[in-house]
Amino acid sequence: MIGKRESRRLAALLTPGTLFLGIFFMGPLAVMIVYSFLEPGLYGGVEWNFYHLNYGRILGWADGQWEAFDPVYAEIFFRSVRLALTNVAITLLICYPAALWVSELPTRWRTFVVFIITLPFFVSLVVRLFCWVLILRPSGFLNSILLGLGLISEPFDIIYTETAVLIGMAYIMLPFMFLPLYASIEKLDHSLVEASSDLGASPYQTFLRVILPMTLPGIAAGAVLVFIPSLGNFIVPDLLGGAKVLMIGNLVEQQFLSARNWPFGSALSVMIMLVMLLLIVFYLRRIGRTEIVK
Amino acid sequence: MIEEALDYIAEVKDAVKRFLAPEGGAITALDGISLEIQQSQFVTLLGPSGCGKTTLLRAISGFEDLDSGEVRIGGELVTGVPPYRRPVNTVFQNYALFPHLSVSGNIGYGLEVAGVPRKERDRRVGEALERVGLAGFDLRKPAQLSGGQQQRVALARAIINQPKLLLLDEPLSALDRNLRQSMQLELKSLQHDLGICFLFVTHDQEEALTMSDQVIVLNQGQIEQIGPPEVHYHQPATRFVAEFIGDGTLFSGKIQNTVENPILVTEDGLSIAVGVGPKVGDKATLIIRPEQLNIAPENPDDSMVILDAVLEQSVFQGATRRYVCQLANGTSISATPTESGDQAFSRVKPGEPVRLAYRRSTPHLIIET
Repeated sequence: MIGKRESRRLAALLTPGTLFLGIFFMGPLAVMIVYSFLEPGLYGGVEWNFYHLNYGRILGWADGQWEAFDPVYAEIFFRSVRLALTNVAITLLICYPAALWVSELPTRWRTFVVFIITLPFFVSLVVRLFCWVLILRPSGFLNSILLGLGLISEPFDIIYTETAVLIGMAYIMLPFMFLPLYASIEKLDHSLVEASSDLGASPYQTFLRVILPMTLPGIAAGAVLVFIPSLGNFIVPDLLGGAKVLMIGNLVEQQFLSARNWPFGSALSVMIMLVMLLLIVFYLRRIGRTEIVK
Repeated sequence: MIEEALDYIAEVKDAVKRFLAPEGGAITALDGISLEIQQSQFVTLLGPSGCGKTTLLRAISGFEDLDSGEVRIGGELVTGVPPYRRPVNTVFQNYALFPHLSVSGNIGYGLEVAGVPRKERDRRVGEALERVGLAGFDLRKPAQLSGGQQQRVALARAIINQPKLLLLDEPLSALDRNLRQSMQLELKSLQHDLGICFLFVTHDQEEALTMSDQVIVLNQGQIEQIGPPEVHYHQPATRFVAEFIGDGTLFSGKIQNTVENPILVTEDGLSIAVGVGPKVGDKATLIIRPEQLNIAPENPDDSMVILDAVLEQSVFQGATRRYVCQLANGTSISATPTESGDQAFSRVKPGEPVRLAYRRSTPHLIIET
């Protein structure tokens, strides 16, 4: 039981945070949800009338009847999910061996390597992505090197493709996968690995039966941390995907900035949020079932 | 010759292992250790922390490579053989149970990775659970077990593979005293029932004396003495063993007088008559155990040695009472007399002089060469 004095002190400590989140986090969210049910103004802004066609446009419901369903939004949405999932897979495949390797280093080196991995955060995201434009464009470093080595005879198109978007997204999301993975791998009790080996399990069996299940929470955390920002990302597809690889984030951005249809942008955002919530609840429940009993 | 070699389940020859110390320089964990371990025995590696006993165990299980020397298990050289291909299993100090697996998952782990079919696996897991007294606990997770139960799971997990040699790395150190004592007896009878050799590492001399057929005392990476526990206690080979195993007061000095009537003269000038055996001029250490001391009778005969002392305090220990006395030169010496001797002691009050006596031939004398 918490005493009266403690609870008052606890309340004093929690109030600023609660107020901050209440005003600056829940507030905008509420505005967004309200706006998604309002009529778009002619030159941006909103008319304060209830309007259901924002969602109707996404789902194909208009004027009280099912119109021909416009698949463009669904297409963009599924592409976004596909790219985000692929990105989770790519970052996982890169970061898991890396985190295993770093966890075996002497302590001094470990701290250094983790610092190196977080180093890109110190440079602006846009600047880093422009570097990728320089590398990937037809006259960029990649093509120059491959041409120079004689491996290809003419520059190949990589920029403004899904591949370029994936490269860029994996690049910016790597630390978000690495850090939770590393945290769970590093605290893995090495004596469990020894026990497995002692009982006759080959290194491969030990990995599958002990290391992997024990680091599942790290994988789950990393996957969520990479999946959510990947799905909503619009800078990477904007810079590296051009007009061809439109993601859901771009769509929202366009509604707010170019089309100036705030209610429709809000409705899109609410839909993304709902789908994402459903996916994550489902995902965490499945992972949670296999997780360690505390 | 060959048959003799087959008697040994494990052999270690000239094992040397050095580690780099964090502050620079090398720590010698194993300094040329050679030993043979016979089939179906309970062998204990005993020594203070840092004596190299765990390193030796890990060299046998395969987790540590020797700098030089060799290890044979069942007559076969295992240099370079990874732990998972060695016919030994280990009970780890912290048990190292897999937290994500149930009790039966843990115990059946070795069989599962070996590809034993499910039906047989279940049968043998059931047997093992029965054997360690955990029947009905198969679906629990390790975190839902007490320390003693976890210990049993670790034990069942290690014996289910029927290893040629079971290695136990201080497995009882985390248990409380009562549980530890009952586990000691259980381990001993388990070893007897299974008939496989147990190599048990501990720093607890009482544990070593209770359970072992053979005790190997290690100190600073070297073997001090190998033998049955009684021999370690009654005839310690070195001063270290005498101090490490059992209580007692040690007197070091030189043998003087004659071979027929040798006298040990210590550096601080104490003269103590000792039994026949040493040569004049030998350096020697005399070990007087507390239970060997009594109060001198009225008319002591020639076979008795008398030590004049002052009683400092008497301490109740349950079955016996410990009388802490001080000799003239300041050395502290304890006596734990039997019931009849205790009556004589009880008449002496702390601070009063007391004449301690023992049979001249009883205490063990270590002659240093």
